[in-house]
Amino acid sequence: MNAHSIELDELELDALTELVNIGVSRAAASLRKMVNRQVTLSVPSVEIITRKSAAALIGQRESELLIAVQQQFEGPFSGRALLIFPESNGLSLVRAIVGEDMGEADLIDMKDEALAETGNVILNGCLGSMANMLQHTLNMSLPDVRRGDSDLLFEVPGSAREDSFVLFLYINFSVHERDIRGYIAMIMDLPSLEKLKLLISNFIDRVMTEID
Amino acid sequence: MTVTVLLIDDSKLARIVAGKAIAALQPDWQRIEAANAAEALSIIGTQHVDLAIVDFNMPDKDGLELASELREMHPRMPIAVITANVQDEIIARVRALNATFVAKPVTKEGISGFISGAALRLKKADV
Repeated sequence: MNAHSIELDELELDALTELVNIGVSRAAASLRKMVNRQVTLSVPSVEIITRKSAAALIGQRESELLIAVQQQFEGPFSGRALLIFPESNGLSLVRAIVGEDMGEADLIDMKDEALAETGNVILNGCLGSMANMLQHTLNMSLPDVRRGDSDLLFEVPGSAREDSFVLFLYINFSVHERDIRGYIAMIMDLPSLEKLKLLISNFIDRVMTEID
Repeated sequence: MTVTVLLIDDSKLARIVAGKAIAALQPDWQRIEAANAAEALSIIGTQHVDLAIVDFNMPDKDGLELASELREMHPRMPIAVITANVQDEIIARVRALNATFVAKPVTKEGISGFISGAALRLKKADV
């Protein structure tokens, strides 16, 4: 990480990581209810890196094609949240949610719709609890399902350069007794980071004083 | 005798939040903080600790592993595991360790049951 690009101080970065941790932990509890299996999470990683490095972080761990459910969020800060997993895990995830009774053909038919809904529950759970703690509202777009390698998933339509810096948050998860693993990632452009920094510093002030 | 509580969380902010909640409930208790399991174990090895409050999701060794080591060393120590991860398995593992589950973010109300229960147990043990 380039030290000169960091605009959050130590406690702000700590607070953001903690907000993500709480958000993702709650989202994992929702996913656990849907798949009826325990979901294991990593410790979240929050970094300010280039778009290209963000793609490489996921890309170097995953050789196969990826599938992602993504939602744009807009509010005091804006960005994109993604639930990413290897393409071959997509069907297993839907199978884990709908159970064993549904036939293979029906399952394949509803796969994208089911993935979009799963992504919706997880990403909303995560961003929703973060927004609540920051005491602001985020509007979430409808989920859409994309396939491709990590470069494609993290690219931005339009003029954004791949060497532009983004705030990149990610966490990996796996579902017990099913061969399902993936990532939850959030990407925000740096202008959003300024606003987020202000909300985080308000959040820190609140938690420091509210118990007194 | 002063009660000493050890608070283990990799997030400094989370330690501040939990520390404030504990201070509001038990202003006389001495609070010690550790940022990870290794630090916590080294503190436990060198000084007396009455109760421990452990974050679940930490790098290296998670809070449940640490809690289980603490439980082995101190069968009667009141231990709380704090997490926003309210999955049944995690709560069950917390209970199996005879520890208390506390939801994150920690609030005075959320942790008061554990703190008053621990205070009572420590008082009884003192008599």
